[in-house]
Amino acid sequence: MSIRLENISKHFGTTQALEPVNLDIHEGELVGLLGPSGSGKTTLLRIIAGLESADRSARPGRILFGERDVTHVHVRDRRIGFVFQHYALFRHMSVFDNVAFGLTVMPRKERPSSGEIRARVFRLLEMVQLEHLAKRYPAQLSGGQQQRVSLARALAVKPDVLLLDEPFGALDAKVRQDLRRWLRRLHGELNFTSVFVTHDQEEALELSDRVVVMSNGRIEQIDAPDTLYRAPRNRFVFEFLGDVNHLEGSVRNGVLTCGDAYLHVNLPDGAEELLLRPHEVRLAEQPSDTCHLPVVVTAISPVGAEVRVELEADWLAKPWLATVRHADFERLGMKRGQHLYAHPRQWHRFNDQMQPAAQATRAA
Amino acid sequence: MTQRALRFTGSTRVLPGFGLSMGISVLFISLVLLLPVTGLFGQLAGLSLAEYWSIITEGRVVASYMVTIGAAAVAALVNAVFGLLLAWVLVRYEFPGKRLLDALMDLPFALPTAVAGITLATLYAGNGWMGKLLEPLGLQVAYTWVGIALAMAFTSIPFVVRTVQPVLDDLPAEVDEAAMSLGATDGVAFRRVIMPHLWPALVTGTGLAFVRSLGEFGAIIFIAGNMPYETEITALMIFVKLQEYDYAGASAIASVVLFVSLALLLAINVWQGRFIRRLHGGKG
Repeated sequence: MSIRLENISKHFGTTQALEPVNLDIHEGELVGLLGPSGSGKTTLLRIIAGLESADRSARPGRILFGERDVTHVHVRDRRIGFVFQHYALFRHMSVFDNVAFGLTVMPRKERPSSGEIRARVFRLLEMVQLEHLAKRYPAQLSGGQQQRVSLARALAVKPDVLLLDEPFGALDAKVRQDLRRWLRRLHGELNFTSVFVTHDQEEALELSDRVVVMSNGRIEQIDAPDTLYRAPRNRFVFEFLGDVNHLEGSVRNGVLTCGDAYLHVNLPDGAEELLLRPHEVRLAEQPSDTCHLPVVVTAISPVGAEVRVELEADWLAKPWLATVRHADFERLGMKRGQHLYAHPRQWHRFNDQMQPAAQATRAA
Repeated sequence: MTQRALRFTGSTRVLPGFGLSMGISVLFISLVLLLPVTGLFGQLAGLSLAEYWSIITEGRVVASYMVTIGAAAVAALVNAVFGLLLAWVLVRYEFPGKRLLDALMDLPFALPTAVAGITLATLYAGNGWMGKLLEPLGLQVAYTWVGIALAMAFTSIPFVVRTVQPVLDDLPAEVDEAAMSLGATDGVAFRRVIMPHLWPALVTGTGLAFVRSLGEFGAIIFIAGNMPYETEITALMIFVKLQEYDYAGASAIASVVLFVSLALLLAINVWQGRFIRRLHGGKG
C-alpha cells in the first residue's frame, strides 16, 4: 500500500513541530525517517499512524493509503502496525497472547476461529524465531526478543503499512545489527510498505530503500542512500550523514590560506569553508606545490578495516579526523606526535543560503 | 566494634548504618505497635473462653458487626469506582488546578475525623444543605447506615487513589496506543490491557479502605445516630464498654476488630505478591 502525505503540518502549542510536509512512499518501500532529536520525525510517523492528528489549517492536509483517504480515520481503523521503541508489550500476557491480541479483539464476525488464530500466531512466532518461547512472559525475554514479539504482534493483523518508531534504539550494538539484517530480509519476503524512524545515520543508510532526512520540522532531502551520501543537497545533510572536517580560510588569486597552511583552489576571492570526509584526507610526509597543510597526529585508533587518525594544527579550530588504510599506516610508520601533511583528495562546499546543490570538486 | 558488627550481619555491607537503623526501627515498632497489642491481650487474660465468647456474640454487638461490615463494604466499593476514576484523571490528563486536586486527595488523612464527622452530620441532617435537598426525595442519609457508609467513604478514599496512582503513572501511554493500533476499542483496551495492570493496586487500595473503615470512629459517630441494633458501629461498642469501665469487654470486642483487620491485610499482601511476581517475570 502506498502512502501519500499532502501538506501535513503540526503545532504543539506555539512551537511548530512540523512545517507543511509532502511525501510520497511507494508500495513495498522501506523508508527511513532520519534526523536529530526534535527534527519532527517521530511526530510525522505518529501522524501517519493516527496517534497524533495534523493541524487543521486553512489548507487542510491529507493522508492517503493507496486510494483510501485516512486523514480522519481513527488509529484502530487505519490498518497499521506500530512498533514502539520500548516494545510496549502487554506485560501480563504471555508471548502467545501478545501476538494474538490483535486477532482476538476483532469484531466477532471477522474474527478467525481460535484454531486459526493459534495457527497464525505460531506461524508468526516461527517467522521471528520465538515459537519455543510462546508461553513466556515479556519480562522473561531479552530486549531483542521483546522487540521481535512486538513486531510479530504488529504483523498479526496484516497491516497495510508497518510503522516503526526507533525500533532498535533501546538495544545494544550487536543485537541491533542482527535485527536490522533480519528486518531487511523480512521486508524482502513479505513486501509490506514500512516507515521507520531513526537518529542513527548508519541504520538509515543500511536499511532503507530511500531515506528522508529531516531537521527542524522540515524535510531536507529524500533520496536513495547512495545518492544521499554522494550528493547531499545541503550542508545539514552532508554534516548529519557522517564525520566532517572543516577548512576555513580566505581565497585570494585561487589560493585558500589559513595561517601557515594553503591550498590551491579554483574559486573566486572571499571567505570560504571547505568540508571533507575523513576518507577524503590523504596523509603524506611531504607537502606539494599546490597544497601545504601541516598537521600533527594526536590520536590513533585502529578500527576494523582502517585506522582512524586524529590530526591537530595551529590553523585548525577543531581537530580533523582522517581514515587511513592499514598499508598506508604502516608505510608512514605513524605514531603520536608525528608531523605530516594532509592532502585533500576531494572537497565539498556549500553556499550559506543552502540553495545550490552540492559541488564535489576534484582538488588539484 | 565495626568488626563485631560485620560479623553479626554475616557479610560485608557497603551501605553503612544497618545495625543502628534496624535497631531503632525494631524499638519503635515494639513501642508503638507491639506493646499496645500485647496490652490488649493482657486485658483479655482476665476472661475465660466462655465469657469472651458471650461478650463478642452478644446480640447488640453482632448487630454492630453487621452494620460496620455492610457499610464498610459499600464504602469500599464506592471508593474503588471513584478512587480509580480520580487516579485516572490525576495521572492521564493535564488541566488547570490539577496540583490542587492532587493535594486535596490527602485532606481526609489530614483533617481530624471528628471535624469531618460534625461537618457531614450538619450537611446531611434534615435541616442541612444536602439533607434539605435529599429528604423530600425520601433519601435519608443522616442517622442511617447510608450516613455511616458516606462517612467511611470520605475518610478512606485516599487509600484507593494513592495506591492506584503510582501504578497508573508507571503504565506508559504507549501500551494504550499499542492496543488501539491493533484495533482494540477503548472499552476492550481498558478491560484487557489497563485493568489487569491496575487490579492488584485497586484491590489493595480497596482492601485498605475497607480495613480502615472497620475501625473508623470519629467521623461516623456524629452522623450515625447510634441507635442500638440499627446504626451502632463496632468501634462505638468498644467505646460504650470503656465508659462502663468494662475494660475486659472492650478489649474482647477490640480483639475481634484486630483479628479481622490483620487477616485481611495478610490476605491482600499474599495475593498481591503472587500477582506482582508474575508481572516481573516469575513463573505464574
